[in-house]
Amino acid sequence: MSDDRSLFEYLLRLADSDLILAQRLGEWVGHGPVLEEDIATTNVGLDLLGQSRLWFAYAGEVEARFNDGSGRSEDELAFLRDAGEFRNLMLVEQPNGNYADTMARQFYFDVWHELLLRGLAESTDARIAEIASKALKEVRYHGDRSADWVIRLGDGTDESHRKMQAAIDGLWMYTGEMFDVDAVDLALIDGGIACDARALAAPWRQRVDAVLDEATLRLPTDVWMQGSNGRGGKQGVHTEHIGPMLAQMQWLQRAYPGARW
Amino acid sequence: MYAQMVDTGAKKLRSPEEMTPEERAFQARVDADIKIEPKDWMPEAYRKTLIRQISQHAHSEIVGMLPEGNWITRAPTLQRKAILMAKVQDEAGHGLYLYCAAETLGVSRDQMVADLHSGKAKYSSIFNYPTLTWADIGAIGWLVDGAAIMNQIPLCRCSFGPYSRAMIRVCKEESFHQRQGFDIMIKLCRGTPEQKAMAQDALNRWWWPSLMMFGPPDASSVHSAQSAQWKIKILSNDELRQRFIEQTVPQADFLGITMPDPDLKWNPERGHYDFGAIDWSELYEVVKGNGPCNRDRLRARVEAWENGAWVREAALAHAAKRAAAAEKAA
Amino acid sequence: MSREWPLWEIFIRSQHGLAHKHVGSLHAPDAEMAIKNARDVYTRRNEGVSIWAVRSSEIAASSPGEKGPLFEPASSKVYRHPTFFPMPDEVKHI
Repeated sequence: MSDDRSLFEYLLRLADSDLILAQRLGEWVGHGPVLEEDIATTNVGLDLLGQSRLWFAYAGEVEARFNDGSGRSEDELAFLRDAGEFRNLMLVEQPNGNYADTMARQFYFDVWHELLLRGLAESTDARIAEIASKALKEVRYHGDRSADWVIRLGDGTDESHRKMQAAIDGLWMYTGEMFDVDAVDLALIDGGIACDARALAAPWRQRVDAVLDEATLRLPTDVWMQGSNGRGGKQGVHTEHIGPMLAQMQWLQRAYPGARW
Repeated sequence: MYAQMVDTGAKKLRSPEEMTPEERAFQARVDADIKIEPKDWMPEAYRKTLIRQISQHAHSEIVGMLPEGNWITRAPTLQRKAILMAKVQDEAGHGLYLYCAAETLGVSRDQMVADLHSGKAKYSSIFNYPTLTWADIGAIGWLVDGAAIMNQIPLCRCSFGPYSRAMIRVCKEESFHQRQGFDIMIKLCRGTPEQKAMAQDALNRWWWPSLMMFGPPDASSVHSAQSAQWKIKILSNDELRQRFIEQTVPQADFLGITMPDPDLKWNPERGHYDFGAIDWSELYEVVKGNGPCNRDRLRARVEAWENGAWVREAALAHAAKRAAAAEKAA
Repeated sequence: MSREWPLWEIFIRSQHGLAHKHVGSLHAPDAEMAIKNARDVYTRRNEGVSIWAVRSSEIAASSPGEKGPLFEPASSKVYRHPTFFPMPDEVKHI
């Protein structure tokens, strides 16, 4: 794979995880546990959606370089690819569940996301570094919030503790693929373009441990990590949840081909 | 409007001679455009009416998030998705500002929410209509938010300080809402024939309910007269409705779509548009709970509230633990 | 019915160096969350750079009945206001 093709793939991974999580958070709008929370969660969703658009824009430009000058727009990439072409982590496509499930998903992702963006802010690719630096400011706040909620719910009432522990346990198996690398990553790591996700595992674990400890929760350990066989979300192999989600997200574009909105 | 048919408890408008000295002093301040603040003396009926009106307005914002929120996951472009999310989020903010304004009158938000869920408190009839196509999101922004702004701008001058300040904040944010709606309509009307048909269909379904939003003719209503005297209602329902029509008809002409009212025409003698008869029985049925979506809307709100109870409870329990730990450490 | 989150008054300092200004209120279980929520509720349009959150129940307010003794003495000291001193038209920048 040429460097540009690898870069395109890599950018899609960044864009897709942001977009899919934003789409999930969008489902909460109007249904949050309290008005203040509704507003806050929507802010996180809006941030992620904005970040995905920056990554898509760059991906389209990179695609044009190896595709005779023709790269897809953000909307073509978001609305006209099928599930197998999506490159997001399986974690972010998991359903919202209850508020503990949503916060556990967010927390696992935010801690990883912040570490990743810190790495990417140092990328030798100036455009990546620029987008990552901008996103990093937003994501640090996301991480504060989700960690805070994990602690509040973990160390809240008996009921909230039970629910939070179940959420932490249930999503654990989707965290492994965040630290796997494949040929796409390797092609870009040497040149300092991509961030070596393997190096994120230890600091991620450290932060997660600290928060779970404060939350009086325990970390599951003996679970098979989904996607660790190199067939995970980043390679386009997803859980069943992504299909209905894309069907909903994409149908208008697909029902009226070529229409402008 | 967002607050329709608010009961003031008044049987008839009272003259200054019939008022107590306190009431007279209060009315004199209102007449002099001095804002009434929460700790000031106010007639009990004024306080109760404001709670009804402001909470109804707040409930409308919150319930109003549902018909639009239901399109966030289906918005046709990423930009439209971002705009719609921001807009619906603003509505949550507006509901929050308004609940807080009502809370200064001595009612808790939980109580207001309980009244909404029990059906005791109302919200605007308009949000009991379904959003069936993407064009409905355009029509809501253009017509419903357009109508809301028309009502809210005068309310920035209302007599109760916290309500007036909330309205100023809301109005600052709201004009973006109407414009994004009209922008959707422009795109559809300049698009494919199917898109234009979608826009016309949305106008057909939203036009009459939008006119009903302003409430029934209120010329002879004692409640309207009382609210006007208290300066918590600035313009009459009919005045607002007429202004809305005047403003909107040329916009529809610009879009090239037609109001579903064969009797709508310019009356040069009056200098206003004449329009067809509004079917008020529909409004009364919708307000009573028999609109197409009343049950769904209320169910969604009750579910969100009940499903969130353990979250709210846990946050409080945790805050108490933290406070206890801090006290021990001190 | 479960207990309600307490009410907080929110004050925000904008970028222009003016003092913190009351912008509204919100509910939160504690101060930390009140500040986070204030950020999301009241600074969605870049309104501020600093937030204060104060429990509404902790605010001491003057009562309207005391308005006379509290404020009328000040209104008689008109010389505190710059407009008290008429300046000749030809004098500029003062």
